[in-house]
Amino acid sequence: MSNKVIHAIYNDDDVLMDAVKQTRAAHHHIEEVYTPFPVHGLDKAMGLAPTRIAIASFLYGLVGISVATAMMRYIMIVDWPQDIGGKPSFSYIENMPAFVPIMFELTVFFAAHLMVITFYMRSKLWPFKKAENPDVRTTDDHFLMEVGVHGNEEDMISFFKSTGAVEVKVIEKH
Amino acid sequence: MYTFSSKLKTFSLALMVLGIIGIGIGFMSVPNKEEVKEMLKQGHGHHESATSHDTHESKDSHVKQNVSHDTHKSEEVHADKEHEEHVEHVLHQQQNKPWSAFYVACIFFMLISVGVLAFYAIQQAAQAGWSPILFRVMEGITGYLLPGSIIFFLFLVSSGFHLNHIFIWMDESVVAKDHLLQAKVGYLNVPFFLIRAAIFLAGWNIYRYVSRKNSIAQDSATDHSFYKKNFKWAAGFLVFFIVSESIMSWDWIMSVDPHWYSTLFGWYVFASFFVSGITTIALVTLYLKSKGYLENVNTSHIHDLAKFMFGISIFWTYLWFSQFMLIWYSDIPEEVTYFVTRIENYNLPFFGMLVMNFLFPLLILINTDFKRLSWIIVMAGIVILFGHYIDFYNMIMPATVGDQWFIGWSEIGSILFFLGLFIFVVFNALTKAPLVAKGNPLMEESKHFHY
Repeated sequence: MSNKVIHAIYNDDDVLMDAVKQTRAAHHHIEEVYTPFPVHGLDKAMGLAPTRIAIASFLYGLVGISVATAMMRYIMIVDWPQDIGGKPSFSYIENMPAFVPIMFELTVFFAAHLMVITFYMRSKLWPFKKAENPDVRTTDDHFLMEVGVHGNEEDMISFFKSTGAVEVKVIEKH
Repeated sequence: MYTFSSKLKTFSLALMVLGIIGIGIGFMSVPNKEEVKEMLKQGHGHHESATSHDTHESKDSHVKQNVSHDTHKSEEVHADKEHEEHVEHVLHQQQNKPWSAFYVACIFFMLISVGVLAFYAIQQAAQAGWSPILFRVMEGITGYLLPGSIIFFLFLVSSGFHLNHIFIWMDESVVAKDHLLQAKVGYLNVPFFLIRAAIFLAGWNIYRYVSRKNSIAQDSATDHSFYKKNFKWAAGFLVFFIVSESIMSWDWIMSVDPHWYSTLFGWYVFASFFVSGITTIALVTLYLKSKGYLENVNTSHIHDLAKFMFGISIFWTYLWFSQFMLIWYSDIPEEVTYFVTRIENYNLPFFGMLVMNFLFPLLILINTDFKRLSWIIVMAGIVILFGHYIDFYNMIMPATVGDQWFIGWSEIGSILFFLGLFIFVVFNALTKAPLVAKGNPLMEESKHFHY
């Protein structure tokens, strides 16, 4: 009983949005929504928490600029402060303009790549991962809302029929 | 319709009066030769002739030529003559001070309205869907262009008539001794300079006039003919603008340092006043919104303006650094003096503006939620505007007053005067037309813009 889910399938994103709002209003718990493309405002309608990936990216950028600064300070100033074409290598700040291009690029490099890797890890994406779409049509032109069955199954089926679903299925999930 | 509140009107008039008093005190407190001598005695002591040598070498090569001629004479005569020249030099810098302060504030406020005009034209030409609700605000701000450019042009004419020495190449006795300036006489001569200035100012004002007229005519039109006209005018203006803007920056700003040149200078100046213009749009919009005049402006519009403030601030920094780093890296003496004088004599304003124009906006405007908060935008906006005033200060002052700079009566008075005039003219222009340009076909989209 507890691991039964309803798959309500829609063929229009506007209908889906309305259905999501009605489902939330009726206090059914939406497990997941599968769509072939990003539906603007769907996360808000589902009440999902905003992403924090931008914050993560900012912090990765700080790591990047620290790595660049520490690396170049050690190599160019501390380890072997050679006179290369008259550039002042007495302290980091004196030669800093020459280091800025690398500081900038490493900041962007760390911020971008670590953010992407974070995204892959948090959304559990990797090569050879088994695809999770419950219905192949959801990658083409259909929208699927998965709702856990709690209480009366018949009532729920008729409820989702009334929200404009073109198909309502009850699935035993393992 | 917007009504100019009497409080704000009084405030702007008070600013103008205070400003005129400050400017007046600045002009009256220019020291004479004896006072400069006294000042130098107290300030420099025995190292005077050494420092004078330094400043002459780094700033005026025409004086340097004289100095090198004198080296054959006896030490004493040499030191005496040098001292005289140094006094003369400092005196000229002191005399330039109130003029330069006026010039910096004058060009800064005029270019803010030019920046807004460029932004306006870009929005028209790009058929942006979010901004039409702000068009009347932008038109109000560009209302300052006409009075601002008249004052500015009169200033250039006064320089042409040798009332001041902001532009050293206008002094024929200097040019006579300076081969570099002689080679530039074909371009840097007073009549041609004033003709160019007149063409640019006229071109910008004509576009401002026509686009404003079409925009108001579109409100009561039955078709979109005026909107289409404005589209074409905007595209044409942008072509004219980018050419005239480049030349303008060489003429009005780079030519105060006539021995120095930089190829990306035009872009750099553009970025500086463009971001100031966008910031001014945001500040005026927030003011009008807080007074309840712009009901259709929502936080998404503010968010978009803040994104522009953020992005163009970074763009300015990119150009600033590209100019600085290339010259610092190659360290060619004829180019690098520009930054040597600035770092030695203007250390705090020179690096302080980087904090105000780059670091502060970078850290505060990177946050999406912050970009929707009025008080954050106002605070960031004020810092950005001050930062870019200092940017213009750093471009003009080292060439005209050198190490004699100080932010005192003249500088603050000039800022207050032009700020008062700016507020008066802009908010007066805002009362002249409804704040919603209802004829614009993109207006419905703009009203419901949501990001």
